[in-house]
Amino acid sequence: MTTVNVIKPKARLSNSNILFLIAAVIFVLMYIFAIITFPASFMQFQTFFDLFNLNAPLIIMTLGLSIVMIGGGIDISVGSVCGLVTMACAVYLEHKMGSIGGAILIALGIGIVFGILQGYLIAYLEIQPFIITLSGLFLAQGLLTTLHKDPINVTMPAFVNLRDFDIVIAWLGAKNRLGVFIPCEIKPGTIIVVILLVILASLMKWSRFGRNVYAVGGNSNSAMMLGINVKRTVFITYVMSGLTAGIAGFVYIMTTGAGNVGNASGAEMKAIASAIIGGTLLNGGVGNLLGAPIGTLTLLVINELIRAAGVQSNFQAMVSGLMLYFFIVLQSLIMSLRDRTRIRFTLPPWLRLSEKAKSGNHRET
Amino acid sequence: MLSETILEMKDISKSFPGVKALDNVGFKLRKGEIHALMGENGAGKSTLIKVITGVYEKDSGFITLQGEPIHFKTPKEAQNKGIGTVYQEIMLCPNLTVAENMFIGRSHTPIVNWKQMNEKAAQLLKSLGIPASPIQELASCSLAVQQMIAIARAVDMDCKILILDEPTSSLDEDEVHKLFDLMRELKTRGVGIIFITHFLKQVYEISDRITVLRNGKFVGEYETSSFPQIELISKMLGNELEDITKIKKYEPIVSDTTIPVYEGIGLSSAAGVKPFDFSIQKGEVNGFAGLLGSGRSESVRAIFAADKVTGGGVRMKGKRVKIKTPLQAIRQGIGYLPEDRKDDGIIYDLSVRDNIILTLQVLKGFFKPFSLKQAEAFAKEYIEKLNIKTPTSNTPIKSLSGGNQQKVILARWLLTNPEYLILDEPTRGIDVGTKVEIQKLVIKLANNGMSLTFISSEIDEMLRTCSRLIVMKDREIVAELRGTELTEHDVMNVIAQGGKTI
Repeated sequence: MTTVNVIKPKARLSNSNILFLIAAVIFVLMYIFAIITFPASFMQFQTFFDLFNLNAPLIIMTLGLSIVMIGGGIDISVGSVCGLVTMACAVYLEHKMGSIGGAILIALGIGIVFGILQGYLIAYLEIQPFIITLSGLFLAQGLLTTLHKDPINVTMPAFVNLRDFDIVIAWLGAKNRLGVFIPCEIKPGTIIVVILLVILASLMKWSRFGRNVYAVGGNSNSAMMLGINVKRTVFITYVMSGLTAGIAGFVYIMTTGAGNVGNASGAEMKAIASAIIGGTLLNGGVGNLLGAPIGTLTLLVINELIRAAGVQSNFQAMVSGLMLYFFIVLQSLIMSLRDRTRIRFTLPPWLRLSEKAKSGNHRET
Repeated sequence: MLSETILEMKDISKSFPGVKALDNVGFKLRKGEIHALMGENGAGKSTLIKVITGVYEKDSGFITLQGEPIHFKTPKEAQNKGIGTVYQEIMLCPNLTVAENMFIGRSHTPIVNWKQMNEKAAQLLKSLGIPASPIQELASCSLAVQQMIAIARAVDMDCKILILDEPTSSLDEDEVHKLFDLMRELKTRGVGIIFITHFLKQVYEISDRITVLRNGKFVGEYETSSFPQIELISKMLGNELEDITKIKKYEPIVSDTTIPVYEGIGLSSAAGVKPFDFSIQKGEVNGFAGLLGSGRSESVRAIFAADKVTGGGVRMKGKRVKIKTPLQAIRQGIGYLPEDRKDDGIIYDLSVRDNIILTLQVLKGFFKPFSLKQAEAFAKEYIEKLNIKTPTSNTPIKSLSGGNQQKVILARWLLTNPEYLILDEPTRGIDVGTKVEIQKLVIKLANNGMSLTFISSEIDEMLRTCSRLIVMKDREIVAELRGTELTEHDVMNVIAQGGKTI
């Protein structure tokens, strides 16, 4: 063993961390820009808290979705499941038998059932996650409209109290135009976001399950050879994203207090966008759960900026779309720079026609 | 003292639909020996390994591990019993750290203790002399180091038997030596190593014993030190042994007035090859020599426009033509068999037949498909001509051995009847018999008037077939050798010194 010279390679940042850092820096820069351009609103702490207060469901969905995406999958049913949960809870709470505890159970139950169903089909029957969760999306939407078509405002007193409950931070706030001091308020949803963020981020970093998810997303074949139960790991990721979609549904109705057919519609796309902006790579194995809220907030701040600028609201969607392009290209660029390979676009396994044929085609044709 | 048997296999048989992959094979591994498992592709090496590691279940026979009968149903069971396997393709996760790759999938606690894991990994890496840091991401390690990390993982799992399945095929010379050092170290620790490779030189360098398989049957077990190489080859090939020296190359008559079939002037590509001139005559076989990364593949890829061509002009038979895409190259009668057939050539799920007619189909246009009868006729012709071993022409190509897959791609190009065919490492990773067949085919094609460029890592293969060698270094042509200069010694010298001008 004399010929091997032990070199000490510099431990470089892992891909997960570098993408997270980039997301964080971009968010901070954007927020500073927002403060400079619209100091009146963005200087206030309440604006910052409101981003959480009003968008807690989206952040929660993004957390679950990020786990699935790190494991190399995708779940586009989260928005519809979330919407279904809001309606189911509203119908239930308006019923004579309704109770808040029961509503929570319903929310978790619906989420878990969708997670188990989709997870089973994807992990054990090895069907494309995109198709399965697309089916889940339609199923949830159909159930939602079957359950109730018209908006329901929940009038149950206990629930209304919960809806209007705020945590007041007395020492933080701003004076309004009349000079009255308005303290900052945090909704319970924000607390749930923080708790879930801590739990899930720790899970991904320090638990055997979390590391297995990274391994499976990195290379599922290798993961299997390394002795990881790939199918069970994939299955659990979908159960987790179903569960978070359920929680998101409850937080949603807790914030708005109403069941509505349009609740959380399209949220899956926002969640995917948030996860990507937050540094989760589309092809799996790379991502940091702390990036999930950052991605969501970046997306929201941009939309807020556009709204504050008084531009038509359809620009929000356009800019979101453009930003997503930008981030995917940026990620591919960074990855290929780091691997010193020719630039190619990272495609998730569920979007590739065939793993092996992907580069074979273009040279012959 | 080190002759204690740890693994013994007796009368192992394994059949797949239509094939008897293993027929009463025996194998014996002793403690602290490096045992090479040799055979052509399709001889049953992989199947035997997979029976040992529990990927396949044997149909009949007995396996004993340290005198104890065993019967593995999953790879994990085999791992738990101390059988570690390192595959040709590294079975680790590139996005995890080195330490994680060594320990993931093995712990029984739900919580990961990073500190402890990193410490243990650092110790292990140090004790085996592997130049890597535990907190490094695996993707940032070289292939050789990744390979060693896979071995370290197996070693730490208290393995008594280590199976190395073609571990050296993607390593360069220096890395191979590091790997061999590691193998010797493990040997002194009493680990029995089963080593599979296509490189005969490496077998003689490192192994103590050789077991030869042929067509799923046990041929014999030999002491490496008293087993001449020529005999090894003959045992591996059986009756198929062809006298390699019979290959006769064709020296085209070249004068300044003959117009080359292909002539590139100042070609350069986005892959970083410096502008070069290159031409080839009708019926000529030439080759590009040089170390890995010298630019030999990049050069031919530039000729075929497989990488983006950034400069230079091309003349085909004296006429200026534009070749900016592979399709244009194909239309001009150039064929290119890529170096990495796995990524660049094969459509895995398609049948042998469809893979063969693919390029011709592209030339004809996708909206004018060949009739099944026509396609079948083409496929049959080439399956026969090239002696492709496949059950039917309708078999998916992925179930063929590497050498036969290579022949299928070769058939694909021959079918288009190119004037100029580029073969980039067509003999890599395939068995000796097919290597000889392909070399003979190259000569035959050239005799029929085709121009060929033949690239191989094994210089003697090129010396046997090429009448002209272009030597590259640092992405530049440094010399051109022909005639009497074509000896292994001269080529090595030029590659080493890189200075001699033409």
